[in-house]
Amino acid sequence: MSRLSQRHLLGIKNITREDIELIFETADNFKQVINRPIKKVPSLRDVTIANVFFENSTRTRLSFELAQKRLSADVINFSASNSSVKKGETLLDTVNNILAMKVDMIVMRHASVGAPHFLSKHIKANIVNAGDGTHEHPTQALLDAFSIREKLGSLSGKKIAIIGDILHSRVALSNIFALQKLGAKVMVCGPPTLLPKFIGSLGVQVELDLHKALEWCDVANVLRIQLERQQIKYFPSLREYSLYYGINKKMLDNLKKEIILMHPGPINRGVELSSDAADSSHSVILDQVENGVAIRMAVLYLLAGATA
Amino acid sequence: MQKKLILDSHLLDITLSRLCQQLIENHSPFDETVILGLQPRGIFLAELIHAKLEKSTKKSIGLGYLDTTFHRDDFRRREIAKASETRVPFVIEGKRVVLIDDVLFTGRSVRAALDAMISFGRPAKVELLVLIDRKHTRDLPISANYVGKYVDTLATQRVLVELEAQGHKQNKIWLINKD
Repeated sequence: MSRLSQRHLLGIKNITREDIELIFETADNFKQVINRPIKKVPSLRDVTIANVFFENSTRTRLSFELAQKRLSADVINFSASNSSVKKGETLLDTVNNILAMKVDMIVMRHASVGAPHFLSKHIKANIVNAGDGTHEHPTQALLDAFSIREKLGSLSGKKIAIIGDILHSRVALSNIFALQKLGAKVMVCGPPTLLPKFIGSLGVQVELDLHKALEWCDVANVLRIQLERQQIKYFPSLREYSLYYGINKKMLDNLKKEIILMHPGPINRGVELSSDAADSSHSVILDQVENGVAIRMAVLYLLAGATA
Repeated sequence: MQKKLILDSHLLDITLSRLCQQLIENHSPFDETVILGLQPRGIFLAELIHAKLEKSTKKSIGLGYLDTTFHRDDFRRREIAKASETRVPFVIEGKRVVLIDDVLFTGRSVRAALDAMISFGRPAKVELLVLIDRKHTRDLPISANYVGKYVDTLATQRVLVELEAQGHKQNKIWLINKD
């Protein structure tokens, strides 16, 4: 089969392993395309896509926009900070107004969990979730898994540790779903206050000691402390967090085996990762960014093709 | 379903030899010529011809594969096909390119191939070689420079190319009537 089981990409939870593999195979081809002298294909030239961002984003929005332009789609960008949302317009009204201008797909980031799921029940256009609150960020999980597959060949049986602020991270949840669907073993590691209570029910290992997690894993995916989502104090100070959960190059060099270091960005240098670790040969952080464009091209291409 | 044999193994070999001779006539000494097989089925034919050419000219000739999936004009109009690998291990700029496909039907794949090829550079000249040219079925003003065999077909018929390289027992080309 060469089509996805879903019309939207709302989360990794509701897509299948076959969907993920189809996205990866398609992304392999798009990665070739973006490394050609002319990095553009005409596939989506009759498709209009709106990037609707109710929350700040640099990397994800740029990556989506570039993916759309590489596919020759028409693109409009909307960010809530300078829009009628400030004047009291509802989400559905905002989106319906955009769709009335003949838009085919919506890429949306929203601070509320489930916002794209709500939208998918009320509108006809395809929706890609670019992050909904602390819930899911499917394209990030896909590009993370794709980058691991690229380095290690396959994810089956590989050990992946997700380290840091799991509680506030949509990247963590989507990653757990994606990695498990692809047969990897997943561990989460962080201070107990930053691990959600439901984490045990997801079938992942929990480790509080960073050194043990690093010894165990093939890949360490390090997350940022999301201070903007923390209304109360979850740990005494950033300095203390960094002391217990910050990774530096010396720790990586002292491990018995070579591990791969990932980070979805933006990095807080000196907090979760030291500069020498982030810039070391272990790090695939910039490969992740490159793969992000290929993965998003694949997702948009497959969703657009499915509407026929 | 009725099947009619158009080319058997022996005839195919003669045809391929003739096509190679024609290429040698026009392209010798092959300094600026490269071969691009169209995915998914043209690559087997391209490999056969490439091997024959290298054997008889004793030169190394560039061989690449071109996938046209993302350049097709029927995206969102029918079920999407799976993309295959594109591998162009040489510079196309200024080269004489021979595109190779198994069957020339509507011409739409070739149009997409021209589009896909140009994203790698501007060739000096482009030619088209096909094993089977289905006459009177073209949607676009495209014709081949080298043709293995012309076949009169109806739009409802299908040409099936079975090559040993694709895992078949014998090289055979069939015309199939769909009932």
